[in-house]
Amino acid sequence: MIRMENVHKAFGDNRVLQGMNLEIPKGTSMVIIGGSGTGKSVALKCVLGLIKPDSGMIYVDGKDATKGDRDAFLARFGMLFQGAALFDSLPVWQNVSFRLLRGPLKRPPEYAREIAIEKLRRVGLKSDVADRFPSELSGGMQKRVGLARAIAAEPEIIFFDEPTTGLDPIMSGVINDLIREIVTEMGATAMTITHDMSSVRAIADNVAMLHGGVIQWTGPVEQMDASGDPYVEQFISGSAEGPIEAVR
Amino acid sequence: MNPLSLLGGLGRAVLALFATFGKVALFTIDAISHIFRPPYYPREFVIALMNIGWLSLPVVGLTAIFTGGALALQIYAGGARFNAEAVVPQIVAIGMVRELGPVLVGLMIAARVTSSIAAEIATMKVTEQIDALVTLSTHPMKYLTAPRVLAALITVPLLVGIGDIIGIAGGYVVATQNLGFNPATYLLNTVNFLEAHDIMSSLAKGAAFGLIAAVMGCFYGMNSGRGAQGVGRATKSSVESAAIMILATNFILTGVFFSL
Repeated sequence: MIRMENVHKAFGDNRVLQGMNLEIPKGTSMVIIGGSGTGKSVALKCVLGLIKPDSGMIYVDGKDATKGDRDAFLARFGMLFQGAALFDSLPVWQNVSFRLLRGPLKRPPEYAREIAIEKLRRVGLKSDVADRFPSELSGGMQKRVGLARAIAAEPEIIFFDEPTTGLDPIMSGVINDLIREIVTEMGATAMTITHDMSSVRAIADNVAMLHGGVIQWTGPVEQMDASGDPYVEQFISGSAEGPIEAVR
Repeated sequence: MNPLSLLGGLGRAVLALFATFGKVALFTIDAISHIFRPPYYPREFVIALMNIGWLSLPVVGLTAIFTGGALALQIYAGGARFNAEAVVPQIVAIGMVRELGPVLVGLMIAARVTSSIAAEIATMKVTEQIDALVTLSTHPMKYLTAPRVLAALITVPLLVGIGDIIGIAGGYVVATQNLGFNPATYLLNTVNFLEAHDIMSSLAKGAAFGLIAAVMGCFYGMNSGRGAQGVGRATKSSVESAAIMILATNFILTGVFFSL
C-alpha cells in the first residue's frame, strides 16, 4: 500500500535520509524504530507531503504520492502528532470533528458534535471533555483527543508520531492498546514511529529499524528479538556498546 | 579585517535582503489570491475582524486623542511666533488626516496585531499545528492567512478614519478648552479646509498599512524557526519589518498623492 523507494532528504549538510526503502502492505501496522534524529519523523512527513524529498519515489496504492488531487490524497490519512498538535483556540469537540466542520466534508454542527463525542468515547474520554479547551487537559488526555481526531473521518491510513512520548507507563499502555484496537477494528494501514519498545511490541505487525538514513532491518515483530541485526539488538537492549554511537 | 571579506559580507547581506523582499512579495501575492479562491472560512474571518478591528479601537482611540491634543498645543505655540495661531484647526486636520492618523494607527496595528499574528502562527508552527492543518486537508494560507489579510484590509482603513476623527476631536478639545478657540468656528474651519482627496488618501494609506501589518505577521509566523527562540525572533522581526515598511510606504504614498 505504501512504498518508499530510494528516498533521500538532506537539510543543508545534514543528510537525514540516504536512500530509504520501505514497504507497508495494506491493513498492516508498521513500526519504525531508531534513535533520536535518525529521520523517522522526516520519513513520515515525506509520505504525507509535508516535506518534499530531494529524490526517490513514494507510492500509495501504486500511485505517485506527489501527483493527483492533494485533498483527496490527504483525506485518506489520519495522523496523531507527537505533541497531539491540538488547536488551542478550538474546544475539544471542534478539534475532533475539524474535518466535518469545514471544507468539502462539511456537515451540520450538531452531527459533527455527535461524531466527536462518539470518537471521544471510543478513546475512553467522557462527553464532558468535549466542551473543554486543549489547555485544560492533561498530556494523556490530549493524546487521546489527538487519536480521536486522527480516526474521526475513518481514514484508511493512520500515522502515529511518537504516540507515548512524555506519558507515564500506565497511560502509555492505554494509548498502545487503543492504537492496536483501533487499527485492527478499522482495518487501517498504520505507520508508527517510536523508540518506546513497549509500543513496538503492542502496536507492530512489522518493524523497521532506521539508522544512518537507511532501513537497516525490517521484519515481523515476532522475529525482532532474534533478528541477528546488530543495530536492532543494540536498540532493544539499550546498550551503549554497538554500531550505534551513543554520542551523536 | 580584510576589505574583501568585508565586501563579501556586505554582498551577502544585500542578497539576503533582496531574497527576503522576493519571498515577501510572492507570499503577499499568494495570500491575496487565496482571499478570492474557495474554500472560505467565515468563522476565522469574523474572529480576525474582531481581533484586528474591534479590539484595536481602544489603543487607536487613545493614541489619536493624545496626538491630536499635543498637535494643537504645538501648532499654537509654533504659530504664535509669527502671529499664525488661528491656523490650529486647519493644521490639526491636515496633519491628522494626511499623516499622523494613518501612520500612528499603522504603527499601533503593527505593534498590537502584527506581533500577535506572528506569535500565534509561529507557535502553531513549532507545535506542529500547521502540519496538523495540512493533514486535515486544510490549506494554512486559506485558513490562517487569507482571513487575517482580508480583515486587516477592511478594518485598518476604518480604524484610520476613526483615528482621524478622534485626533481632530482631541485638537478641538484642547483648542476650545485651553487655547480660547470658538467651538463653532473651529469646526467650520476644519470641515472647510479638508478635501475629499485628503480623506481618500488617508483611507488608502490605511488599507496599504493593514495589508503590510497582516502579511508581515503571517509571513514571519509561517517561516518561524524552532522553539521559543524561533517564536520570539519571528515576532520581533515581524514588528520591525512591518514598522519600517509602513513608514517607507507612507513616504511613497505621500509622494504619489500630494507631490506628483
